[in-house]
Amino acid sequence: MINKEERKEAIEQWNNQTKVWTEKRGKAVTFLAVSVMILLSFSILIFVASKGITIFTKNNASLADFFFGTEWKPSAVNEEGRPLVGALPMIFGSFSVTILAAVICSPLAIGAAVFMTEISPKFGMKVLQPIIELLVGIPSVVYGFLGVSLVVPFLRNTFSGSGFGIAAGTIVLTIMILPTITSLSVDAIRSVPDSLREASLALGATRWQTIYRVVLKTALPGLLTAVIFGMARAFGEALAVQMVIGNSTVIPDSLFEPASTLTSILTMGMGYTVMGQVDNNALWTLALMLLLMSYVFIFIIRIIGRRREQQ
Amino acid sequence: MNKKLADRLATAVFYFIAGIIIALIAFLIGYILFRGITVIDWNFLTSPPRTSRPGGGIGPQLFNSFYLLVITLVITIPLSLGAGIYMAEYAKKNRFTDFLRTTIEVLASLPSIVVGLFGFLLFVNYMGWGFSIFSGALALSVFNLPLMVRVVEQSLSAVPQDQREAGLALGISRWETVKKIILPRALPGIITGIILASGRVFGEAAALIYTAGMSSPNLNFNDWNPLSPASPLNPFRPAETLAVHIWKINSEGIMPDAQEISAGSSAILVIAILFFNISARWIGRIVHKRLTAS
Amino acid sequence: MIEMLKPEVTGTEREGKKEDGAVAIEAKNLSVFYGEHQAIKRVSMKFPKHRVTALIGPSGCGKSTFLRSLNRMNDEIPGCRVEGQIFFQGMDINSPKVNVFEVRKKIGMVFQRPNPFAKSIFENVAFGPKNHGEKDKEKLEYIVETSLKKAALWEEVKDRLHTSALALSGGQQQRLCIARALAMNPNVLLLDEPASALDPVSTGKIEELITEFKKDYTVIIVTHNMQQAARISDYTAFFYMGELVEAGETRQIFTNPKQQKTEDYISGNFG
Repeated sequence: MINKEERKEAIEQWNNQTKVWTEKRGKAVTFLAVSVMILLSFSILIFVASKGITIFTKNNASLADFFFGTEWKPSAVNEEGRPLVGALPMIFGSFSVTILAAVICSPLAIGAAVFMTEISPKFGMKVLQPIIELLVGIPSVVYGFLGVSLVVPFLRNTFSGSGFGIAAGTIVLTIMILPTITSLSVDAIRSVPDSLREASLALGATRWQTIYRVVLKTALPGLLTAVIFGMARAFGEALAVQMVIGNSTVIPDSLFEPASTLTSILTMGMGYTVMGQVDNNALWTLALMLLLMSYVFIFIIRIIGRRREQQ
Repeated sequence: MNKKLADRLATAVFYFIAGIIIALIAFLIGYILFRGITVIDWNFLTSPPRTSRPGGGIGPQLFNSFYLLVITLVITIPLSLGAGIYMAEYAKKNRFTDFLRTTIEVLASLPSIVVGLFGFLLFVNYMGWGFSIFSGALALSVFNLPLMVRVVEQSLSAVPQDQREAGLALGISRWETVKKIILPRALPGIITGIILASGRVFGEAAALIYTAGMSSPNLNFNDWNPLSPASPLNPFRPAETLAVHIWKINSEGIMPDAQEISAGSSAILVIAILFFNISARWIGRIVHKRLTAS
Repeated sequence: MIEMLKPEVTGTEREGKKEDGAVAIEAKNLSVFYGEHQAIKRVSMKFPKHRVTALIGPSGCGKSTFLRSLNRMNDEIPGCRVEGQIFFQGMDINSPKVNVFEVRKKIGMVFQRPNPFAKSIFENVAFGPKNHGEKDKEKLEYIVETSLKKAALWEEVKDRLHTSALALSGGQQQRLCIARALAMNPNVLLLDEPASALDPVSTGKIEELITEFKKDYTVIIVTHNMQQAARISDYTAFFYMGELVEAGETRQIFTNPKQQKTEDYISGNFG
């Protein structure tokens, strides 16, 4: 039988709430950290959106003008008194370089990924993988510098014109998003179970047949996700593109004439306009569009992911 | 064509692609290093830039890049540890957690120019801190945070579940189990991730143009008082970083050797990234070895 | 539904053992649900103090799940619900008001696969006491030495206490985990198939330890090895499909089982 002393000690022990408190505190602290992230995400949306809609709410611009107009002179007004905020050239420029870069880069990137995983894994792991990782880390200004000092002169000499333009932007972006698409494709291909490959080879298929009939087909959602990721990065790239695109707010007649993207005009313009003025507000609308496009890309990736789960 | 021929052709194509890419990369990196290394000397690394004459350097910009990195890490490491621990250990499988994950993904995919402009609105204008190290570090933190949270969460999740059970079975709270058992075990992955993220932060420019600014006052490297205006440590002064500098002199640089300075600066950035990458792997490996006595 | 049999502790044959006939821990109508699936179906059972009780049964019968309820470890599994009562030291420790950390202090557990921390041998064993407030260096060293001796590991590691625990062999790591649990000085020791991942020599060493443990602790061991149960336990409980089929003195269970299912399992007809 336990005596009174032991009983008292036992009750004290059972009532000792220290650990319960440390647990509650720890949980609260980590939740606080998470709340900061939620707060940040919302405030970015609210701040940028509230500035971004001012040309429509305060300055009397119309949505149609923004999306379909081709004249970008926000401080001037047209016959109806609306500011000239035709963003179509920039929208066209952004989409052009993004899509072109994705089209050119994806076969190369996926090819490299296949090489690293299927054709020559040892060499791939030892040599290509670190190189790709290194490339991911290279700052975009360096790509821009390479664009200005190598790509633009090359284009100028090979084709007519100044060398700036959509072609230059596409080339720079292609190299920039190559490591992104490659490493994500490598992940996608690696997650295809070996049993599928073995089954295909056991049925007498060659390696190439196995690759395109089994591996690539199974990895398709992952590969698509990789490409979309690359496109998202290209669409949002500001400095490297701005250095080589020429920054002319017109839709160019050729790939080798100066053009512009949402990011390039935004980057350049923000330093030369005054807050509160129409031309500044218009830039914020460009920023808002960039923000919304990044949501769109995530949404697309989510959909692909959901399809993959249903597979 | 028969399938054997197709197979051989395909293999050749893949080798070709890999070859092109390697050649391309080697050429680009080689170009940067080749053009840049010749420019780099002690004078280049320490003296301030000259606006219209040749012979300027990148001293203050280099310092600013490091200083901003340090402050950003100071802000983001505790926050990302907290959020990462929550995501890995406390978050249950429900709609709220899905929402959280989406939020983090959204933050991670924001174009850095948008982050910079948000910083411009909030830190530079609304809070009134102007172009400053502080504004820049906060903008970089917004940029860096989602990446770090992902690193922490992944490293924690990689620790086997039996470690948590062992801790809990000893009567220790989940928080203490994470702090004293799981976190130390996840350390190699976390350290590697932090160093790799540092590389990205070091080279970031778009988020800093409108937060840390495009100028740097004359820094008096003998004055280490953070409150004095000419001190390098003063967090409320504008602070152009190396990456921003490259952009600026390529857009509006009027010094005659702008190309050389860009090349030299690019070379330094590339070397720094190489350094971050290699040391991340190396340090991660060392910590892992110490931890598991293998 | 098969009637639950509770072990009758007569105590007359046990001489010289203190606190005869006392119950260390008792389960009453214990049920465990994983979502909608009921893994343990209203099990009631008393575990005698300072005895070894073995839980046997085929794979998936719920014996491990039942064991884990005794120190509230099932709380950590999302979607798991435990109903019923568990009486320990005069309280129902299954009630949400109970300090679950105290429960786990007094009811220790050793798992199937050795899971030492990535720290030194000393740090592993001292971890429990240190975390519950013990700061005295000498006391900690004493606790570590005593626990390692009780786990029959002291001689093998006494010269390398500050080297990593991960460098030990599987059998040594498991004994380290036992020492780590013993360092908390628990009342009850729960062993979840402690030797199943080990080689026969290590298994033998651990079985020797268990017979020694009776003096100081109450031992409840889950095992899929019937011979092991017959060798080392005083009482045995046979589980099947989440129900307690039969429980009683080991000798009786193995030589003269009262239920047909028990007999079938013992003779190897299934499982």
